[in-house]
This record gives sequence, C-alpha cells and structure tokens, in this order.
Amino acid sequence: MSVKIFKINEDLKEFMPQEIVDLEEKATWGNPKRGVMDLPYSKELIEEHSLCAGCPESAAFRYILASLPNPEDTVIVNSTGCTSLVFPHIALHTVHPLFGNQNSVASGIKRVLEWRFPDKVKDVVVIAGDGATIDIGLDCTLQSFFRQEKITTICFDNEVYANTGGQDSGATPKGMEFKMAPGGKQWDKVPMWQLAIDSGCHYVARLSVSSPKKVEQVVKKAIYVAREVGPTYIHLYTPCILEIGLNADQGLWEMRQRDKERFKFFEYMTDEAKEVIKRKKEEGLL
Amino acid sequence: MAKLGPAGYSPYPVSVTEGVLTPPPGKALMFNEIVDEEVAMREAAKAMLTRENPTIFPGPQVLYAWNEEAKRKAKFVRKMAEVLGAKIIPMYDYRPKYPKIDPEKEINPNHPNLTIWHNKIKACIFIGVHCHYANVALKIIRAETDCFTIAMCSMAGHEDAMITLRDQHSEDLEKFIRIAEEVKRELGK
Repeated sequence: MSVKIFKINEDLKEFMPQEIVDLEEKATWGNPKRGVMDLPYSKELIEEHSLCAGCPESAAFRYILASLPNPEDTVIVNSTGCTSLVFPHIALHTVHPLFGNQNSVASGIKRVLEWRFPDKVKDVVVIAGDGATIDIGLDCTLQSFFRQEKITTICFDNEVYANTGGQDSGATPKGMEFKMAPGGKQWDKVPMWQLAIDSGCHYVARLSVSSPKKVEQVVKKAIYVAREVGPTYIHLYTPCILEIGLNADQGLWEMRQRDKERFKFFEYMTDEAKEVIKRKKEEGLL
Repeated sequence: MAKLGPAGYSPYPVSVTEGVLTPPPGKALMFNEIVDEEVAMREAAKAMLTRENPTIFPGPQVLYAWNEEAKRKAKFVRKMAEVLGAKIIPMYDYRPKYPKIDPEKEINPNHPNLTIWHNKIKACIFIGVHCHYANVALKIIRAETDCFTIAMCSMAGHEDAMITLRDQHSEDLEKFIRIAEEVKRELGK
C-alpha cells in the first residue's frame, strides 16, 4: 500500500475531522524506527478503544501498534474476543475471520501478498486471545507453525474467556476459579510458548505488557524474523482485571507480580533468527 | 412501482426485490426507470437545488490524493458543492466510531441515518464511497429517512439510490456541474 492513501486532497481537507488530519500529519508512517517512545508526540493508529477502563489489553494494543516497523504495509488478522471489538477502530487493514482460524487466514493472506507484491515487504500479524490461539484455534495455530508460514502470531493471554463471563480456558492456571468455573481449573496451563518452539517457531517470547520498551523490542524482532525466516510467536500476559477482581488502576500492578513468576521474561530464537536480529541491530532498527 | 416509502420511493429495504437493477453502461437509473444520463443529471441537480439542506458525502476515493484522478475529482466535488449550495460532510473511512460520531462533521456507513436526521438533510450525493459501503449506507438511508439519494459511482452504480449515475469520472463531474448551473439558472436561483 502506498503512504499516499493517507494523504488528504487539499481541496477537501477543511472538511475532515482533526483526528483524520492528524493521522496524515502526525502519525509515524514510513519510519521503521518508530516505537513506543513516539507515543506522547505522534498520532496513534488507534483512535479510541472499547475495552474496559484500565484494561491491560488496551496498553498492549497501543504498544504493538506503535512498534510495528511497517504499519502502512501490515495486515492484522484478529479473532473473536474482547479485542475484536477494538480492531475496527484501528487505522490499519484488519481481517476478522472465524473464531480460531486466524492463523490459516493469515497464511493465505501472506502467501497472496508475496505473490502479488513480490518486490514489497508486507507483514502479516495475527493478534488473538488465548481462547482463539490455544483452545479453539490450536490446530490452525500449530499447523501454520508446522508449515513455516512467514507470519507473526501474538497471543493476548488473559487466562480466561473474559468476554463471555469467565469460563476457564486452556491458558488458565490449575486451580484458578472464575465466575463460570467455580470448581477451579482441573488441569495445568498449556505452555503455548513451548509448543511454539516445538512446532518450529524461529522466535518465541513470553512476557507481560508491564514494560512498553520490552514489548516494542519483541514485536520488532518477531516481525523481522518472520519476514525472512519463518513463523514467530509472542505470548503476552494481558490480565482481565474485571474477571480477577481488580480495580481499573491495578492492571500494571498485577502484571508486575506475574513478571516474577509464570510470566517471567522468556525468549527463544533459532540460529537463523539470531542472524536476522544481529543484522537488524547493526542497521539500527532494534 | 411499489407503494411510496419514506422518501417517496419504495418501502422495501432492498430495491432488487422489486427487480430494480443497476443501469446499463451509458445510461442512468432514476427510481426504477432507465433514463439517459443527462436526464438523470438534470433531475439530480434539481433535487439538490430545491430540497432542504443538500449535502455531498465524499468518500475515501475522492478525499485522499491517491492518484491524479482523485485530485481532479476533489476539485470538482468542491466546485459542485458551491454550485449546488451544498454542505460537504466526509465519509473518510469506514471504521465504527466509539462511543459515537459527531453528525455535524462526519457520516459513517454503519449508521448514516444519524447524520441525515441530525442535519435534516433532504437530498444528498454519494461520491467516492467504495461500493460495498455505499450499498450498505444507501439501504439504511432509504429505509430510515426521507432523504433523496443520488449516487455518483465510478463503477456500475447503486440501485438503492434514487438516482444512480454510473461510470462517473472527472469529465462526467464537469458535465454535471455544467448541467447544475443551467438548472440553477432555470430555477432562478
């Protein structure tokens, strides 16, 4: 896609709302060095969000959208869940496929884009919740890894089906109780990051979104590696403060607690991924 | 023709249910009749010049300078608004707006009726709106408002608009402006 698509015709500019003019003038298009440090100064690619006040997913969204190295040529594939209410608001191409088949759809999009625009870099990023990635869509997720599709998969893990009232998911830790799962989860949390490694991902990271700069780094690494080598996976902890009974201002506190235990920062990369990351660092892009 | 609907057209939500289809190349659709393009242009200009609060809704294909044709069209849209004494309210993209749109400044294809109700618009022109969203918006407007809709489409047209002009490119917009000026003089405006 050309950046021209965001350039407003001068003859009609005065009729455009300010936020759309800002999107042309103050958003960080065409700059691979863009990042979370631009957030206070630039126009964000998300206008508003419809998530709960203080939801860590909204922070994750902001950091990821600020970190995409090539937003004008990025297609995001999302899935059903709280996040699917937000995607229509962002100023990028997004596709909402059926619940769980997001990685299959992303695979198709990536292949077609490579065929249609062989001389352009087009990134395809899947952003889906733990239900879509680990439970309902596990087959499609893993199959895309097996097939070595050049896509980045980001899982927003809130450890529960929050949008439907609190049923336990594959990502819920053993013993955790929710409103619709009063007996507590009977089995262990699915170690999706490990499954991603075993299934052939070249870059895998597990973290919470308590550190914006760290989120930026892993998103950029994952996208650069996916472009050149193969599938990459990021597992982000984005707790549902509503379902675990916290206030709107306690999301960050919750994530910091989990940073020390089950969401302790973990990063894995293959030798090929290491080479790409080293090169990108030398180019000043990481 | 079926019973009159809110805008004097049809009570059915989708005009294809009555067998109304887009016009063939070189022709225009006025209600459910295939007519010459010039006839439709005159009626469109008349509707815009005689009904209350005429408004042009430009879509992304003319709002953004993505090619030379879009730049030319933007100039003509501006000129058209001047000749018709119409307001311009943009449909700049198709994202739903949370918590709600500002109907004085924008129109959204998912609830275009809000802008039309708020501004009491009785005639409007859709131009540069991608077909799939123009189709949705025109159906909602037709069902929910008494606004006279005119679609100036660069492709095959929209049967749900009361007047549909198809294959409209910058030279056609120029022609429409010329006709609108004539109609304006005839109406003594």
